[in-house]
Amino acid sequence: MKFPKLDLENLKKENSDSVSMVERREFLKIGLVITGVFAGGTILSAISNMNKVYASLEEAAEKYPYKPHYSMMIRQNRCIDCERCMEACIITNDVPEYGYRTMILQRDVPDAIGQKREFIPVLCNQCNNPPCVRACPVKATYKDKQNGIVMVNYKKCIGCKVCVMACPYNARYFNEEKHSIDKCNFCFDTRLSKGEKLTACAAACPAGVRIFGDLSEPDSEVYKLVHQIEKPVWVIRPEVGAKPNVFYMKG
Amino acid sequence: MPDELKPVKVSEIVKDITKSFDSSITTAWYSNLLGFLSGSKSFYVLLIISGIVVFVSAMAGANAVNIGYRHAYGLSREVVFGILISTYIFFAVTSTGISIVSSIGHVFGVKDFMPIAMRSVFLAVATLFAGFTVIFLDIENPFRMAIYNAISPNLTSNIWWMGTLYGAKLVFLAIEFILLLIAYNKLAMYAGLLGLLSGVAAISNLGAVFGMLHGREFWYGPYIPIYLITSAIASGCAAIIFFTYLGYKVNNEMMDKPMQRAMEVVGKLCTLMVAIIMFFTAWKIITGFVAAPGKVEAIKAMLSGPYSFNFWVFEVSLGMVIPFILLLWSKGKNINMMFTASTLMIIGIFIMRYDLVVVGQIVPSYHELGVNEYPSILTYRPSFYEIMVVLGGMGIVAVSFLIGERVFKGHKSEIH
Repeated sequence: MKFPKLDLENLKKENSDSVSMVERREFLKIGLVITGVFAGGTILSAISNMNKVYASLEEAAEKYPYKPHYSMMIRQNRCIDCERCMEACIITNDVPEYGYRTMILQRDVPDAIGQKREFIPVLCNQCNNPPCVRACPVKATYKDKQNGIVMVNYKKCIGCKVCVMACPYNARYFNEEKHSIDKCNFCFDTRLSKGEKLTACAAACPAGVRIFGDLSEPDSEVYKLVHQIEKPVWVIRPEVGAKPNVFYMKG
Repeated sequence: MPDELKPVKVSEIVKDITKSFDSSITTAWYSNLLGFLSGSKSFYVLLIISGIVVFVSAMAGANAVNIGYRHAYGLSREVVFGILISTYIFFAVTSTGISIVSSIGHVFGVKDFMPIAMRSVFLAVATLFAGFTVIFLDIENPFRMAIYNAISPNLTSNIWWMGTLYGAKLVFLAIEFILLLIAYNKLAMYAGLLGLLSGVAAISNLGAVFGMLHGREFWYGPYIPIYLITSAIASGCAAIIFFTYLGYKVNNEMMDKPMQRAMEVVGKLCTLMVAIIMFFTAWKIITGFVAAPGKVEAIKAMLSGPYSFNFWVFEVSLGMVIPFILLLWSKGKNINMMFTASTLMIIGIFIMRYDLVVVGQIVPSYHELGVNEYPSILTYRPSFYEIMVVLGGMGIVAVSFLIGERVFKGHKSEIH
């Protein structure tokens, strides 16, 4: 058996000196994304999740069908569970004590090193492919053609509650006073339509957790946060395929 | 020209219907009324009991409307469909099943199935009406439904299709029953066919209400829309055997040869359907083990968790295995054994529908996040009001059945 002869003396030197700064930076970025997997706990990395929601990051950037395309980025690890967002929501939108439009979930990880509890704010994800809208028999809940908010026409709702079942995010409840299903509408009737730029919860948050804005606007903060790849970005329950407009990240 | 090919004029039908209120037929109805009044003591005892159940349930239902369903029913934000929805499914599926089984005779012309036709059409209307009554007390704004179902239809919604098709079915069945009474059998056949088609489409859409919820792993997929059709035929067979047997008891009569033969074929169809449902159930469980985590949790809850008693005792034993053995053993001849089998099946199937609806919701939406708010599976317990409304639905079927047996004299109108 013959082995190929290696000319070890004359091989090109390939140590780290020959790697350019640009290449180094790119390599480190990949590392950050991968380590994000572990930082995020149960949640996958930005690239893999964005791919589940959209075919590619480019497609995601192109396919914001609404103008403005309202969206929210939740910087999860900043949440301290002060619940001012919930309070503001209740006051602004007249939410009864038995229901909620937004909520802060708690997750305990007893064997974690250091911090052992995290908070996960949740609300209606204003999905691009909303299961609730498909299920409603009378079009009482619908996707607003202009801004993409999932709205409820309180006068039409028959109270069959199938939308509550259809929602993958437990975002809907029956409001007795309104005789209708009620849900988060990004404060459209109470704030946005009156010229306010932020939802009540985003405005009330003292820790800058809830970044609200127009995803079709490249200058907006929410656009920048969704489209960076240094830190992982994810959505909850991507496997459902509802294409949510509420994103999560840490940092 | 053969009789059945003659064109039928609407004016003639109207004339016939008006004629039925005329002298001779009115006398017949009058004698029916007398027959009704001359019922036996036990008949009246049963009728009064069922009547009281309906009355008390109606009061409970009215009270539930008054205090609000949130307070009256044991439902929550997470478990929104409870025993009322499952009971509606139970009645609606039974109604369609009865239609399917009886249509083999009076729509498709298989002679052996003919004797059950009249009673079946009547029962299909009664069970569907009971189902509508129950769901009426679950929907928060039923009157809006009537309006917006018509003026704001969402054609992608299964509930819209289900409601509309069931509404159509009820109308077709009622027309069919009237046409059968005045012996317009050819037209009744067409009404029956339309009723059958709308019923099967409705039941499939009812399954799709659950099967198309892509956020709910336990239900998602084509399984339920298909399963409900097969399951409906089994329910229909059981209901037909059950009520025919009781009908003959109520009227204190013996079954004649054609009716015995009809019971035999219905019993055999029932055996086949139970066998198919056993396969459906087995594969649902087996595939459930390798499904998404949420579904695995739900399947575990059925096999060994809080719903295991329901599953093993009611669904498997009462709903499938024991009736299957009894039906095979009876060979379609031993009517008492078949009646026992059908009674057990009806009880088992009622719980089957309950588990189908409730177990699909006990795994919370945010289960996989592992948050403290939803550490384990959710619980649901039917409230007193819900149970009363369910009993009311059953009472409606009982009262309709008893009155029907008397007024229509054991549903003996011949269909040729």
